[in-house]
Amino acid sequence: MDVGLKIYTIMFDQNTWELLVSSFPKILEYGVKITLPLAVISFILSTVVAVFVAMIQYGKVPVLRTICRIYIWIIRGTPLLVQLMVAFYGLPLLGIHSNPFVMAVIVFSINEGAYSAETMRAAMEAVPAGQLEAGYCVGMNYMQIMWHIILPQAFRTAFPPLFNSLIGMVKETSLASSITVVEMFTRTKQIAGQSYNYFPLYLEVAAIYLIFCTVLTFIQKKGEAVLGNYGVRK
Amino acid sequence: MALLEVKNIHKAFDGNQVLSGVDIKVNKGDVVSILGPSGSGKTTLLRCINFLEKADDGQFIFEGKEYDLSRIKKADIADIRMKTGFVFQSYNLFANKTVLQNVTLGLTSARKMPKKEAETKALEVLLKVGMDSFRDYYPSQLSGGQQQRVAIARALATDPSILYFDEPTSALDPQLTAEVLGVMRELAKEGMTMIVVTHEMGFAKEVSSHVVFMADGNVVEEGSAKEFFENPKQLRTREFLRISQS
Ligand SMILES: Nc1ncnc2c1ncn2[C@@H]1O[C@H](COP(=O)(O)OP(=O)(O)OP(=O)(O)O)[C@@H](O)[C@H]1O
Ligand SMILES: [Mg+2]
Repeated sequence: MDVGLKIYTIMFDQNTWELLVSSFPKILEYGVKITLPLAVISFILSTVVAVFVAMIQYGKVPVLRTICRIYIWIIRGTPLLVQLMVAFYGLPLLGIHSNPFVMAVIVFSINEGAYSAETMRAAMEAVPAGQLEAGYCVGMNYMQIMWHIILPQAFRTAFPPLFNSLIGMVKETSLASSITVVEMFTRTKQIAGQSYNYFPLYLEVAAIYLIFCTVLTFIQKKGEAVLGNYGVRK
Repeated sequence: MALLEVKNIHKAFDGNQVLSGVDIKVNKGDVVSILGPSGSGKTTLLRCINFLEKADDGQFIFEGKEYDLSRIKKADIADIRMKTGFVFQSYNLFANKTVLQNVTLGLTSARKMPKKEAETKALEVLLKVGMDSFRDYYPSQLSGGQQQRVAIARALATDPSILYFDEPTSALDPQLTAEVLGVMRELAKEGMTMIVVTHEMGFAKEVSSHVVFMADGNVVEEGSAKEFFENPKQLRTREFLRISQS
């Protein structure tokens, strides 16, 4: 049978439509309740981690700098899935028991923080050193220069790539299912399992991911416009 | 008593001796021009006395207090920088700040001056350099000459006892150079103490009270502007003047 026809037959079956319609709110609920918060909270925390790690490296703080390098080395050199597993089975051994959602937030923040730290560091180093020197010359100290000059410009530069990784995280949250977090994708799997009608439901969840990411892309564009570019003509 | 004195300053970059025992003395109200061929160490000298570069050796006397340049404490550096201003060849305006904010930042953040007071002060110095009507522009929207005048205003706003200029006009075309030199002339007339590294012979001749000629990390000759230009003693100086004035 022709593939197109096959897909057509599955999708336009009356039962399938009813399943899709009735599942939509159930899937979306987990998207809004679990997937988005997991991505957004982890993203915010990872950005905080990234700023600290980037500042330590930019300022060449002894000892801490080495610790940061090791952190980035380990995190970037191991799969996220493995990190989730290590946390899930390892933390309880250390006497740390927390619910899987919180654990996922922690792992995602630490994981993304390592990547974003490199983005932030590069953005900070892109600010001409002369501005740092000019800051010293008007009497400002290191932290004042960071706060008023370097970080604002670095954030502007890092905003698109950071937002890019937020969009990436929305999709990666599905890995949290491996540590028993029931997020949007896992919820879809459960519904599909009950109905034995997998394909349309996976298409449906794909569409919802797509909607989330489209909205985020739109917010990114708006954000870039709001941040402006200090009068630089494009 | 001299406002500022540098004695026997030494600086090397990985074995390359850039300053080998330079002495400079600046009295209040002096305009000291530093001349010299490219690579003679002029920029390095200014950067060392504003601690952007760490000198290997030398004494630094400022407002009656003596410091060892190779061992000066962070707190002393911070104190001295509160009383000095620096104008860079490449302006180095804060790209994310407007003209007004560029000038107020040193006041509000480093000196904790209230915003209103800082803005009044900033507009006063911006008016002096003819940039008050550009208060809300970003540096990227200004010409080089305008940026440099804002940079001068930024340095002036903090009421420094001395201003350092490192070739403030060498990135500018003749017309913009004239704008900036005009502002500096004005400052000299008002009695501002300045050390100016420059290739502008006309300016050095007319405006400076004292000229220092450097080559290969040493002071080759120095004297009053009149003496220096009309009756240079060293062969090296005469050679330099001949080339740069032709
Ligand atoms: N950060 C640095 N690292 C290594 N060498 C340096 C550094 N800064 C300056 N130098 C060297 O020191 C010497 C003097 O440089 P400096 O910039 O002080 O000269 P200058 O008199 O200001 O020259 P110009 O008129 O071209 O500005 C040069 O040989 C230069 O290569
Ligand atoms: Mg120079």
